[in-house]
Amino acid sequence: MSDATLFGLCGAVLVGLGLFGLIVHPQPLRKILAFNLVGGGVFLLFGAVARRGAAAGFRGDPVPHALIITGIVVAFAATALAIALLLRLFREAGRGTLGSDG
Amino acid sequence: MAFDTGLAVLVLGVAVWTLAAHDTFAAVIGFVTYGLLLALVWVRLAAPDVALTEAAIGSGVTGGLLLGASTRLRRAEIQAAGEKPGATLRFAAVVLCTLVSAGLAAIVLLLPEPAPTLAPQAAASMAATGLGNPVTAVLMAYRAIDTLLETVVLLLALVGIWSLAPDGVWGGFPGRRHQADSEGVLTFVAQLLVPIGILVGIYIFWVGSVAPGGEFQGATILAAMWILVMMAGLVDAPPVSRRWLRLLLIAGPAVFFAIGLAGFAIAGAFLAYPVDYAKLLIVTIEIPVTLSIAVTLALLVAGPPERAPK
Repeated sequence: MSDATLFGLCGAVLVGLGLFGLIVHPQPLRKILAFNLVGGGVFLLFGAVARRGAAAGFRGDPVPHALIITGIVVAFAATALAIALLLRLFREAGRGTLGSDG
Repeated sequence: MAFDTGLAVLVLGVAVWTLAAHDTFAAVIGFVTYGLLLALVWVRLAAPDVALTEAAIGSGVTGGLLLGASTRLRRAEIQAAGEKPGATLRFAAVVLCTLVSAGLAAIVLLLPEPAPTLAPQAAASMAATGLGNPVTAVLMAYRAIDTLLETVVLLLALVGIWSLAPDGVWGGFPGRRHQADSEGVLTFVAQLLVPIGILVGIYIFWVGSVAPGGEFQGATILAAMWILVMMAGLVDAPPVSRRWLRLLLIAGPAVFFAIGLAGFAIAGAFLAYPVDYAKLLIVTIEIPVTLSIAVTLALLVAGPPERAPK
């Protein structure tokens, strides 16, 4: 098995793990963490595709690499916005749960 | 191969720990470790530029942001922990997530041969830019429009965060005021590390044209240094209504967009560079973009205004 396939499979499992956390964790901050785990898995899947695309003297396809860098930065911006929303929710409602009751 | 397998198992193990940890603070520590291990994976996948970004942003700055949030939300997280979903939903989630993982794994195993690649096109455009790092060439020339839009997305996220400020503190100081402790370890680290960190940040940015590095990685290190002195209480975050701050924030996207538009006149297309001046123009864009990204990232971490402007 090549390193691309190995880490691609690792990424596939990470997406499933993160998705599970996103669904079952009741705490909003844990959901944000799980969402970032999914992100890491998706980037790894893309990284596997990039590694397989090694050509023209490069050890990986630089186009997906550039897109992954863009993705990591945008994921950070989304995380920062989500946390700001969560802190505002906590300040307004006095609680940090997403349930509709109470 | 053995190293790669061990690394993959370790990444998965830390991911499970991050999900299973009882305390949110512990989970965040797990997440930071996960990010650093992913950076190692990127090195193994021959993507050093991505490794730097993952370590700096994915693990470092995101980790700092999450650590701060987990201490402020400690009470809420403990409160919410009691609302665990029932066994049926958990079982359905296990089935769904297993199916998703299995589907993705099947795709990885069935990827087409030979693998499609844009590397030759990237290499062709790289020759016209005078850059030695293919990833920077893609970010700044071949797919420059993505990078331009990304700088705008960062600004939009910041606008979103600022707009969460209560009316009374509109345009005020972001976050809480940290008290400086002149005897504290944090103050010492901030004084010792920041000059070196600024130098490293500028170096990583500058070397990005020929070697792994670039404006995002360099900007993140610069942002981290600013966050460090703000956390140590040595300087306060500026009120978000300051004109110089607003100008710094938009300088990068504005210069990027202006040179992109000038491309119509001097090279015949949006974001096209004439071959003789390509590298000069790219560096002219990268300097303000790096500054803008650094300021934006630091303010994203600082959060919405919480104290009224003086």
